[in-house]
Amino acid sequence: METLKKITASPLFLPLFALAVLLIFNIIFVDGFLTIEMTDDGRLYGRLIDILNRSSSLIILALGMTFVIATSGIDISVGSVIAISSAVCCTLIGGRGDGAAEYPMLLAMLAAVLAGVLCGVWNGLLVAKFKIQPVVATLILMTAGRGIAQLITEGQIITVYYKPFAYIGSSIPGNILPTTIFIAIAMILLVTFIIKKTSIGLFVQSVGINPTASRFTGINVTFVIFLVYAFSGFCAGVSGLIESSLIRAADANNAGLNMEMDAILAVALGGTLLSGGKFNIGGSVIGAITIQTLTTTMYALGVSSEQLPVIKAVAVIILCLMQSSKFRVMFNNWKSRNKVGPQGDKNFLMDEKAVNKA
Amino acid sequence: MENLLLEMRQIDKVFPGVKALSSVDFTLRAGEIHSIMGENGAGKSTLIKVLTGVYPRDGGSIYMEGKAIAPRTPKEAQEVGISTVYQEVNLCANLTVTENIFIGRQPTKHGFIDWKQMNTRAQELLQKLNVDIDVTKTLDHYSVAIQQMIAIARSVDVSAKILILDEPTSSLDEQETQKLFTVIRRLKKQGMGIIFISHFLEQIYDLCEKITILRNGELVGAYDVAKLPRVELIAKMIGKDLSALKDFDKSEEKSVPSAGVFLDAKNISCIGKLNHMDVQIHQGEVMGFAGLLGSGRTETAELLFGINKITAGEILIHGTQMRLDEPMKAMQQKIAFCPEDRKQQGVVGDLSVRENIILALQAKDGIFHHIPLNEQIVIVDDYIKLLNIKVSDREQLIKNLSGGNQQKVIIARWLATNPELLILDEPTRGIDVGTKNEIQKMAVTLAKQKGMAVIFISSELDEMIRTCSKLIVLRDRNKVAEIEGDAISSENVMRAIAGGDA
Repeated sequence: METLKKITASPLFLPLFALAVLLIFNIIFVDGFLTIEMTDDGRLYGRLIDILNRSSSLIILALGMTFVIATSGIDISVGSVIAISSAVCCTLIGGRGDGAAEYPMLLAMLAAVLAGVLCGVWNGLLVAKFKIQPVVATLILMTAGRGIAQLITEGQIITVYYKPFAYIGSSIPGNILPTTIFIAIAMILLVTFIIKKTSIGLFVQSVGINPTASRFTGINVTFVIFLVYAFSGFCAGVSGLIESSLIRAADANNAGLNMEMDAILAVALGGTLLSGGKFNIGGSVIGAITIQTLTTTMYALGVSSEQLPVIKAVAVIILCLMQSSKFRVMFNNWKSRNKVGPQGDKNFLMDEKAVNKA
Repeated sequence: MENLLLEMRQIDKVFPGVKALSSVDFTLRAGEIHSIMGENGAGKSTLIKVLTGVYPRDGGSIYMEGKAIAPRTPKEAQEVGISTVYQEVNLCANLTVTENIFIGRQPTKHGFIDWKQMNTRAQELLQKLNVDIDVTKTLDHYSVAIQQMIAIARSVDVSAKILILDEPTSSLDEQETQKLFTVIRRLKKQGMGIIFISHFLEQIYDLCEKITILRNGELVGAYDVAKLPRVELIAKMIGKDLSALKDFDKSEEKSVPSAGVFLDAKNISCIGKLNHMDVQIHQGEVMGFAGLLGSGRTETAELLFGINKITAGEILIHGTQMRLDEPMKAMQQKIAFCPEDRKQQGVVGDLSVRENIILALQAKDGIFHHIPLNEQIVIVDDYIKLLNIKVSDREQLIKNLSGGNQQKVIIARWLATNPELLILDEPTRGIDVGTKNEIQKMAVTLAKQKGMAVIFISSELDEMIRTCSKLIVLRDRNKVAEIEGDAISSENVMRAIAGGDA
């Protein structure tokens, strides 16, 4: 009983539980869900691999979003930033039919990520320096961002025929796993390293919980907030590379569409409160995988992409209810009303045990 | 005539791991001002919260005018006539006075809000309390004292029989407090039973007739104020003999300033906050800023710590001119500042005791010089021991500590940065007598043993007189006097604060 309580109280319980439910559901209802095969050119192929592949860019977005949300902010522009990043990347590589690149791919990639960072810097300035409410500040880029992407691509969908560009979204020849997975892992390692080796994690939480006290402690609140938006922009820039490489094109209207919502959902599912404060990177990563699994599952069951938001909405409602302390109290009251007498006594005994221990 | 208004009998309340109240009795008569006293964690707030329906009780019964009641929410408590004005004024700063008073129960006419009637009634209500203000202005136009009155007006209007005032004077100055007391006495005459909770002994002896004392969740007893000397009261509250309090001998314990000047502020001003102030702080000295609330004491401290920028004058540290325009710059000059508003400006509630202590040092070291966990633990455990902070373990969340222990954590946070000047702004506000004493002693010890310069700011004069070796008196954002050594006495300081000394 005690250990069970400990497990359920862990912040990772909820996302892992949701993921497990989805996986079990898939194993039962989706044929060949667990099968992983080797293709002729030496790559692993299967639904599980596919889910990981597709969830990579969401994981990366969720990493940046976690910090933003922990400062009690939000960044709803990341979907559009993905569009800008892919537009920059594809435009620089160019859509030449002979498969040659206008500019070196590495340069194009760097430029795309830099564009993402610039977008983040813009958001950061608005929120941190000019104290505009995060939703409003990032709404600007959310709506204007796709326009900017259109300007960059000159209104065209740029399809890239340059072969190596596809390696980002699929896999580098001779590699058995998709490159996206490695990019996601690299980003996770980067973030873990940052948290372990710097104090940014502590400062972000402190700012999210009590900005005034943080300022009185000497923390540069403006800079911390600026940094998290800039980092979120960086993450969106990297995601943009993956998203464009997956379709080998820059589609200003559809690249990263609605992904900001999935990223926010992933962070929330991962146990970081939307009101800010304590964050949980591991939770966000699992949250992102869970969301992608949900999406893939729905497609596998034949739910159309138009209907998908409804399913996600249900997931969001359940999630928000589970995070609501009010609902928990109601739920527990309802539970204890249904289990009379002995259960209450048992709880009482447990309390007494705790007293003795103390 | 007994005239019993409220009886609480054998009240029990258990929290996981703690028995917060065990068979506590409390009796309140109509027309009585009754104080509940006890150290932090004695169960005062818990008893009040049980009464007002914030917490469900685990045992015992409550009778109001002989009828058993069991309020489950503050609203239900209000409906039976129990109103509470909390420590932190919970009104909305951006609503008008009228709206604040009538929020949730606006008088209506044909289904619409009757603004005219509402404003008139608000005005009347406040006039009853001797407050004459424009009720159509938003709340933030008025001082905390007036806001407090508005909160009371609001509670009184719901035809309350019992009014609970939880630390209502903690942010008021002397004059405002007296004004509030006049109001309370008037309500008492109308037959209301008043429960008055405060840490200020003076005020309790001034205002109350009865005191109920709690210790560790148990009832010590209920006493007539007139028959209970202060010394005995404190002895009953802390349950230990008074030698600990008495050995705080005035002449012996005070700090001795050394020749070295740590900070020299010349003619500093900040528009709307402070006019032309000179301060010189020596190493090893405990200096006090005395004055009423808003007189410029906190404002001066905030200028020295770089929360606000000076608009004129200069600040020299060890003889070199410095621009202290943000907290970090002050911290680099080894200045530390425990702010006045612990909850808003000090505590980061959802972080652990360890993280709260380490925060300032880490901010000073910078993002890229992360202090390894094992070093953090050493520092934190040292301070927990040194300051005698009562925590179950260092990873406990600070928001679950009592006020006194939270304050100690904040002080530890600053001591960890190894400061040369420690500014303590109202460090003893809203904490129990025992901890108060510890903090006063600590200020003196730091100055004496480590040669630290300490600035001590407090609304309690006797505490300042006992602790400081030099007092700077402020009035209306101006420095009006500097009192040193033997000249420090209540009379001198009061005279300086009140003015007319020229």
